[in-house]
Amino acid sequence: MTATLPLISLRSVGRTYRTDGIAVTAVRNVTFDVDQGEILAVMGPSGSGKSTLMNMIGLLDLPSEGAIYLEGTNVADLSEDRRSTLRARSIGFVFQSYNLLARHNAIENVALPLVYCGVGHKERLGRAEQSLEAVGMLHRAHHFPRQLSGGEQQRVAIARALIASPLIILADEPTGALDSRTGAEILALFAALNQRGQTVVMITHDPRIAMQCRRTIRLHDGELVSDETIAPLLPRRSIGS
Amino acid sequence: MTMLQGFRIALHALRLNPLRSFLTMLGIVIGVASIVTVFAIGAGAQLRLQEQIRSIGANVLMIMPGAVYQGGVRLKDGSKLTMTESDVQAILEQIPEIQAAAGSIAGTAQVIHEGKNWNTTINGTTTGHFMVRDWQLSSGRYFSNAEEAAAGKVVILGSTVARELFAPGDDPIGAQIRIMKVPLEVVGVLDRKDPAQDDVAFVPLTTAKLRFLGSASNINRDSVAYIIAKVAADGQMAGARSEIESLLRQRHRVPAGQDDDFKVQDPAAAMEAQQGAIRTVALLLVAIASVSLLVGGISIMNVMIVSVTERTREIGIRRALGGRMRDIRLQFLCEALVLCLLGGAIGVLSGVTLSMTVARMAGWITSIDSEAIALALAFSIATGLIFGFYPAHKASKLSPIEALKTE
Repeated sequence: MTATLPLISLRSVGRTYRTDGIAVTAVRNVTFDVDQGEILAVMGPSGSGKSTLMNMIGLLDLPSEGAIYLEGTNVADLSEDRRSTLRARSIGFVFQSYNLLARHNAIENVALPLVYCGVGHKERLGRAEQSLEAVGMLHRAHHFPRQLSGGEQQRVAIARALIASPLIILADEPTGALDSRTGAEILALFAALNQRGQTVVMITHDPRIAMQCRRTIRLHDGELVSDETIAPLLPRRSIGS
Repeated sequence: MTMLQGFRIALHALRLNPLRSFLTMLGIVIGVASIVTVFAIGAGAQLRLQEQIRSIGANVLMIMPGAVYQGGVRLKDGSKLTMTESDVQAILEQIPEIQAAAGSIAGTAQVIHEGKNWNTTINGTTTGHFMVRDWQLSSGRYFSNAEEAAAGKVVILGSTVARELFAPGDDPIGAQIRIMKVPLEVVGVLDRKDPAQDDVAFVPLTTAKLRFLGSASNINRDSVAYIIAKVAADGQMAGARSEIESLLRQRHRVPAGQDDDFKVQDPAAAMEAQQGAIRTVALLLVAIASVSLLVGGISIMNVMIVSVTERTREIGIRRALGGRMRDIRLQFLCEALVLCLLGGAIGVLSGVTLSMTVARMAGWITSIDSEAIALALAFSIATGLIFGFYPAHKASKLSPIEALKTE
């Protein structure tokens, strides 16, 4: 186990933005690893650099200092196209505002990443059905996002994140737009996915969510201030109501 | 992402806004429809002219009577028949480029066969006339030498006259018809040429003079109304023409400096000039129609730019889910292409319908050729690519992080 490469390694990662000649450092000197099968929360108040960190782990952005390794590969060495393809195959995004395409129904939304993996139409729909079933949303396959509740939309979004069997699910405030009961259900879903071996990284400012995760990384002003692992894992029945 | 997937996504997006999509492609529809219609009408006019040129015959010169002076008064062209049968003879014998020539006199009369009658042109001429015009018989024979010499009571019918006087299964050859109370035997029926040419009955020149048209005071025994002559080869037309002119001036004793009392025409050349004029007008109309295509293209570009702005978040989502820049570009390019292709297809259909309606209502000949349709469609594809590229490129350049932040 220890001999295997970490899924993701961040080494002295920093990100500085330059707008109108003023340099703003969003992330500074962050180093940590994420192993296969982990579930971890990245915590911090707004402006602490959580989103910037998530964009970099999700290959939407590159660090300006240090390096990020995905399964041993420095992502900065990959072309823009290659990083896009890796996003389709290896990263599953879950957003606070769901980000479903309003003009497409649930099953089409779920199948979308496979379009960019070069999977044919029939297979896409078949796999989208399986994915919807895994989050308990198969009965809503042909509903449009506006016909679904917030919790249902987030389940569809999770199904979409799962469809390409990604290495990692990156969830940015996944319960931020939900009431606490529905939020708890969504968290339970992530925990259940993690039980089956899915690596999950959650970004949140909510300490209650962080408490559900075995490992919590805290950021403040772009710097890593703590990296704690609680053992043992909390029993699953304490998650949710 | 493949082209096919691009088109599927494009169709899905365009179906959501059918009115907007239709209005966007309207410029292309109008442009393509105009091009197809103009081409169809232009090609039809050319076809008709070619038909007319063919019906006259290849390399034919026509010699008509010209200005005549009587006591210092210049009379209207053609008011006196100045050409004679001996002119025909002289042209045939003295100008080597002339293969065949014939003089004609013509008038109109009623032709009668049993219960039917028909008003048509009676043309008195010689067998040379049919040689000049490459006019074959569909049945029967031409005039014999004896008939031409002795004013034989024979007639060769144009196909229209044959159709009007005889029932379909009825063989006109050998039948008796009457023209101005003179009974004539039908010896031949001519091939169809052109509706304007086929309404005619030919009799020997001698017969026409003796029995029908010879009583008019301005016709002397020898004169003919016009002469047609066939030149051996296309390149000899100009030479033959000037030789005929000098020969006739000499024969008619036209003093130097005075107008000829005849004129030599090349009907095919005149028609070709007309054809050139039609081509110019058609080209002008196509140019105007192209402006509509250009405006249509600009309108597509405009709507696509708006659409990219409206769908910034969608672009961000697609990029986050693994869409490459080129996938985004392809998606929007496909939308522009689908708009143009659909507009082009509707335009071709309306253009074909329009030209068929024009053909029926105005009685014009129109000709829809696949080349014009292919050209119009190629134009619309080009429009889609040219005007769709910039918005698509713009969409692909959006930063996914910024795009995801957009509301």
